[in-house]
Amino acid sequence: MPRYESVLELIGNTPVVDVSALSPKPNVAILAKLEGRNPAGSVKDRVALSLIEAAEQDGRLIPGRSGQTLIEPSSGNTGIALAMVCRLRGYHLKVVLPTNVSPERRQLLLAFGAEIIDSPGSEGSNGAVRLAQSLSEANPEWVFLYQYANPANPLVHYQTTGPEILADVPEITHFVAGLGTSGTLMGVGKYLKEHRPEVQIWAVEPPSGEMVDGLRSLDDGYVPPIFTDNDGEHLLDRKVIVRPRESIEWTRRLTEVGLFVGLSSGAAMAGAVKCALTIDDTDAATIVTIIADDGWKYLSTGAWSDDIDDVVERAKATIYF
Amino acid sequence: MAAVLRIPTVLRPAMGGESVIAVEGSTVGEVLLKLTTTYPAIKGQLLNEDGTLHRFLNVYVNDDDVRYLGGVEASVTNNDEITLLPAVAGGVW
Repeated sequence: MPRYESVLELIGNTPVVDVSALSPKPNVAILAKLEGRNPAGSVKDRVALSLIEAAEQDGRLIPGRSGQTLIEPSSGNTGIALAMVCRLRGYHLKVVLPTNVSPERRQLLLAFGAEIIDSPGSEGSNGAVRLAQSLSEANPEWVFLYQYANPANPLVHYQTTGPEILADVPEITHFVAGLGTSGTLMGVGKYLKEHRPEVQIWAVEPPSGEMVDGLRSLDDGYVPPIFTDNDGEHLLDRKVIVRPRESIEWTRRLTEVGLFVGLSSGAAMAGAVKCALTIDDTDAATIVTIIADDGWKYLSTGAWSDDIDDVVERAKATIYF
Repeated sequence: MAAVLRIPTVLRPAMGGESVIAVEGSTVGEVLLKLTTTYPAIKGQLLNEDGTLHRFLNVYVNDDDVRYLGGVEASVTNNDEITLLPAVAGGVW
């Protein structure tokens, strides 16, 4: 086994595992890239390191200087990943977090020394973004990395996740991933389209707009600048909704192939299955999907053990995605 | 053609408080245009002046985003389920 000088060297180069046993069609293979194997537990480790290194390169952050503060809105994984990197680099991190995320996320943030600033749960991630923006304006000395607009987010997926996928699965025909900041889809999608233009890029979305009751009008809506900057509407071939029930069902089904994953990964797998169902019986296809994180942070949801109707009801009031 | 339309919370006050209604039209554009005739208050919330979809409105036919199925030209058939959702920031991903 290689020996590493820093845990940061463990970020990326995640394994791909064949989960075709769950494919609805024998002619369609489904492969899952296990991003939960990153050291702070999610795909966001790649993004966090990329955002911080970009800020260090452009001089907004200076390694070793004391008293530097960062602020970032996050529903969990980006905050946790940033907290881990900041702990190693000596930066102070303030995470704007909706009140209705799972308690494990709050605990992990605190474990890595981050400070939590609560934003209203009813406003979802939109509310966290808005509050972080206003706090950043009021405190210009804080470094605001803003993952939703920072090109270092899709860039790291273009430079690492995309090449890893093509190297490990050269026969890929479809890429299916969750849409949040859109960083994974824009970065991997751009890389795959450049090298294999025929690969179809599918986005999976939770219907979170249904649950965000803090929205006063549609004009309070939000499209991540990264999505617009990368011409996401043309890069994507398809975008589908996956409902909370389907997400939980597929989170459970993934245990049949030995995978204990987060609820957004259940949603991504549900999207991969929807994608498989569109493929003709006579065509061979290989779908790659992203397992964004493992299940540990979601144990308090009862997702694997409670009655599914109860879990679905709770999911409507909690941000799991 | 009768299809079912699911209305998001944010649009319900201007649409009689309903969450689900039956709608007519053979394309998404036709359905939305008819809605703006019935509920003039939501006109600027659904379509732009040029007839394209409002930037912060996502429209799904049977859970498929119509922006990738031809936009307002996407076809609607009997018993389809149309869902309107505001575009909001995602979470963990």
